[in-house]
Amino acid sequence: MAWLAKSLNSSLGKKLLMAITGLFLISFLVIHCGLNATIFLNDGGVSFNEGAEFMGTNPIIRTMEIVLFGGLLLHIFDGLRLWLDNKKKRPVAYAVVDGAANSKWYSRSMGLLGTLLLLFLIIHLKHFWYFSRLTDGLESRTLFAEMQSVFTNPWVVIVYVLGCISLGYHLLHGFQSAFQTLGWNHPKYTPTIKMIGAIYAIVISAVFAAMPIAFYFNLIH
Amino acid sequence: MEGHLNLTLKIWRQKNANTAGKFETYQVSGISTDMSFLEMIDVLNNRLIQEGDDPVAFDHDCREGICGMCSMYINGRPHGPNRGVTTCQLHMRSFQDGETITVEPWRASAFPVIKDLVVNRSSFDRIIAAGGFISVNTGNAQDANNLPIAKDDADEAFAAAACIGCGACVAACKNASAMLFTSAKISQLALLPQGKAEASKRAQAMVAQMDEEGFGACSNTGACEAECPKGISLENIARMNREYFSATFSSK
Repeated sequence: MAWLAKSLNSSLGKKLLMAITGLFLISFLVIHCGLNATIFLNDGGVSFNEGAEFMGTNPIIRTMEIVLFGGLLLHIFDGLRLWLDNKKKRPVAYAVVDGAANSKWYSRSMGLLGTLLLLFLIIHLKHFWYFSRLTDGLESRTLFAEMQSVFTNPWVVIVYVLGCISLGYHLLHGFQSAFQTLGWNHPKYTPTIKMIGAIYAIVISAVFAAMPIAFYFNLIH
Repeated sequence: MEGHLNLTLKIWRQKNANTAGKFETYQVSGISTDMSFLEMIDVLNNRLIQEGDDPVAFDHDCREGICGMCSMYINGRPHGPNRGVTTCQLHMRSFQDGETITVEPWRASAFPVIKDLVVNRSSFDRIIAAGGFISVNTGNAQDANNLPIAKDDADEAFAAAACIGCGACVAACKNASAMLFTSAKISQLALLPQGKAEASKRAQAMVAQMDEEGFGACSNTGACEAECPKGISLENIARMNREYFSATFSSK
């Protein structure tokens, strides 16, 4: 297996790891977003709580939860490794850089956006994952009720919306970037991939951001 | 004076690879808008020589956009504000009278400064030497039609071969990555039947050398493609990745 380690430690291999884990996390977000969007049914959280109950007890889902954390950690550590490596490649910085002339700011800021996302994620996991998995809070109140109570704090709502904006830009570059890294650049498919990536990034971040906002303004019952 | 510019130049001066450099400010006046950027530096250097100062060292050779020597990072962009050009093809009409222009060398650990604006790009040569060739037994010349090549493939290989190895991709990249250069050199051979035979081996050898030289990884920002004077496409990087990953899993 030395050949695999050698390849994954090359500049291209690190990017391959980034792309595969990124696409895995992208697929997770579809499920997470879809399930949470059931709160908009305004059925008093019945559908949402059923979904949460299923996700919290199904053995296959619980196993995938471990895989998900593994993928997330790989994405974080590989990103950190790339950032540290890349930083060394230009020891003397330019005095003037006109980055906007040749690339999008968010494509140059994936590390920064990722760091913001990590900070958000720590807060987010503390709010809901910690509550539902590591405490016995679910015995006295549903996850829906917990969401209602967490999002009464305007600061929490602001942090969540900022987190969703970071997520949107991270995905806007990351989605199509993953395909390019995997070598999937073709005049027939690339325009479609870029379009789907843009729609995905906007829809996912907008639907997620709508949740704390809707709770705060009492639009969800 | 119509058609003539007075400019302030902030130019990076560095005695050699071992000393620290710094910016020096120069005033130039009466610069014709028809001059190329290099001719403007020539005017400055003439004056510096007459005044007994050390002229600004910069690389240049053909002065017609095909040699790729003129490595100048001008106002925050490789080869200045225009797209698809080298520094010799950049004309002073692209600047305003009274403007301050900052000129720096390419900055990358794999491109050490030799003097002022001159950088050592032999790391590119070593990437080519690692695999940017085809192994053939020389014998009698074959009939030209022995190997049918589709026009589209020939065109694509030629577009990749248009790379002049100037290093603008490395200079523009936030990671000082040489992926666009390396992938163009891999593609120009991988697309043709003569080069296809060794495509996987070549990709592995050239990528390994690229990493060895200290170039960064790719963030897919597309800055390299945007700043490339020869319009080398990001599709080449995707092709390099395909070759490299398939070689990883299939090579013996």
